[in-house]
Amino acid sequence: MPIKKLASALAAVLLVALPLVSSANEGSYPLAGNDVRNIASLQRGARNYMNYCSGCHSAKFVRYNRLAADLNIPEAELKKNLMFTSDKVADTIKTAMTAEDAKKWFGNLPPDFSLIARSRGTDYIYAFLHGFYRDPSRPTGVNNTVLKGTAMPHVLADLQGVQTAVFKAEGAEKGEFEKFELTQKGTLTPEQYDEFVRDTVNFLQYIGEPIEAKRKDLGVWVTLFLLMFTGFAYLLNKEYWKDVH
Amino acid sequence: MAGLHKSEFANPVVNWIDTRLPIFTMMQKEYGVFPTPKNFNYFWNFGALAMVNLVIMIATGVFLAMNYTPHVSMAFDSVERIMRDVNYGWLLRYVHANGASMFFIVTYIHIFRGLYYGSYKAPRELLWMIGVVILLVMMATAFMGYVLPWGQMSYWGAQVIVSLFGTIPVIGDSLSEWIKGDYYISDITLNRFFALHVIAIPLILVFLVVAHILALHEVGSNNPDGIEIKKNKGPDGHPVDGIPFHPYMTVKDIFGLGMFLLVFCGIVFFAPTFGGMFLEAPNFDQANPMQTPPHIAPVWYFTPFYAMLRAVPSFAGTQVWGVIVMFGAIALLFFLPWLDRSPVKSIRYKGAITKVALALFVVSFVVLAYCGMKPPSPVLLLASRVFTAVYFAFFLLMPWYSKIDSTKPVPERVTYHAH
Repeated sequence: MPIKKLASALAAVLLVALPLVSSANEGSYPLAGNDVRNIASLQRGARNYMNYCSGCHSAKFVRYNRLAADLNIPEAELKKNLMFTSDKVADTIKTAMTAEDAKKWFGNLPPDFSLIARSRGTDYIYAFLHGFYRDPSRPTGVNNTVLKGTAMPHVLADLQGVQTAVFKAEGAEKGEFEKFELTQKGTLTPEQYDEFVRDTVNFLQYIGEPIEAKRKDLGVWVTLFLLMFTGFAYLLNKEYWKDVH
Repeated sequence: MAGLHKSEFANPVVNWIDTRLPIFTMMQKEYGVFPTPKNFNYFWNFGALAMVNLVIMIATGVFLAMNYTPHVSMAFDSVERIMRDVNYGWLLRYVHANGASMFFIVTYIHIFRGLYYGSYKAPRELLWMIGVVILLVMMATAFMGYVLPWGQMSYWGAQVIVSLFGTIPVIGDSLSEWIKGDYYISDITLNRFFALHVIAIPLILVFLVVAHILALHEVGSNNPDGIEIKKNKGPDGHPVDGIPFHPYMTVKDIFGLGMFLLVFCGIVFFAPTFGGMFLEAPNFDQANPMQTPPHIAPVWYFTPFYAMLRAVPSFAGTQVWGVIVMFGAIALLFFLPWLDRSPVKSIRYKGAITKVALALFVVSFVVLAYCGMKPPSPVLLLASRVFTAVYFAFFLLMPWYSKIDSTKPVPERVTYHAH
């Protein structure tokens, strides 16, 4: 009876493939290690985003009130601390900067961040925010190991401090990036900065797919129901087929 | 009431309707007592699963169409609105998007079943050919549906596919303009793809599926032994190896449906992008005609054919050869009933050559799928060329190897071990 084979094949698919592909990310960056179920982290991430990112990067698909509801932020708190460009809670997150100014200042329009974690992956953003180093040849004074020649200035420099990149001096990989050296301390320790970035990345993952946590919760119930349904269907099938000789 | 259909149903309402529109009699005949071989294995679930998948696509598609805006400046936003602001819009969208991949998985297994047990052979040639047309139409509607979210891959994928038609000598340029309705992939293109995706092609698809089922019920199902159960009838006129569709196949299909939904829902709820395979990461960026993505690849179900396209070099000043090979790969399926000259249907009674050939065919399909997903490299190019040759050899050498291959004697009755 191939039913056992079928069931074990199915179990293999669910147990092995799903966790693999659900966490798979493009490229090969160290894991960001964020947890989209950590509400406190998301709240801190929202604070970070509104204070450091939203000046230039809109999140045009994200509504303030949805954010507040999902992240357990009271409306008064939301209006006072997180809403800088609007006073209507049903609005989406926009920037204060006009497109014209953005082009004048940075050469191009800073991308909208609603889906940045979905198109680039959280690990990429985590690495990017760790990748700034001093480069006097750039108009912003910094370059980035993850996105070479980025137009973005290092807006978190006062937190992280200033890094210098060390490149390999010899060998076949000469000129390739080797390591960072922190030449000027910031207000956060490296560990605190990691956490700061992790919270921010976590928030970006959340706004990329606000339903993610609820989707998985619902999925558990759907799976339990289907297991029961399929179990009964199997027994019913077996019962009927007893008559076939 | 002379001359009217005489309904056998006792219920007066059913009887009244059935006398005037014998739909109950038809259902009873085709899905009640319809004789099906008792030795079906679980491969025979996949036809019914494809049917369910089609219904799921239509049901979710209707609700998505209510919330989608086919306009280049609004399409992407409207999809995100579905994902965020429409109640359970995310579920509709994930089911529909993953449903496309599931549809192809189910259909490819269904086709493999046909190859494995010789379901394409007489008297099922037309049934098989309608099936090949269904595959082609599915591909067309899947491609157009993929363009609608107006992400980077939607746009650039459309660009690549439409340019294929441009390679045809003489009429190519006019043809690709005719498809686009413009000189480039524009709002006009998006709108016509939307119309075709939600109305025209699904309508054709449903019609073809009905024809597929009608043809199936005319000739009857094949089975793992490849024996015609109609040849062996009992004194009551029913095939001795046949059992009524209901309840035996209905209950088996319900069990199969449960297994299918476990996989389907597992993907929808826990891995809806399937690691970037079912929903590609670049498609979360809005289409930008000014910025070509570093690597353009179609969704996985097209990649075997895409690999063939890339494997064929251009010569005599045209790239049309790759396009011919790609479409030829599907066109060959049409001729399968006449390429196979083996006296037996099922793999169970075929010889070693056929088994090796079929195994190589499956390997070539999988390797080509992999090659088509990855950015081009010399190794993958070589692999694509070798396995494109293997894929074609499976069909083109079949008249020869299927004839010389040894066969085992086919039994009179189907092989069946009671549970």
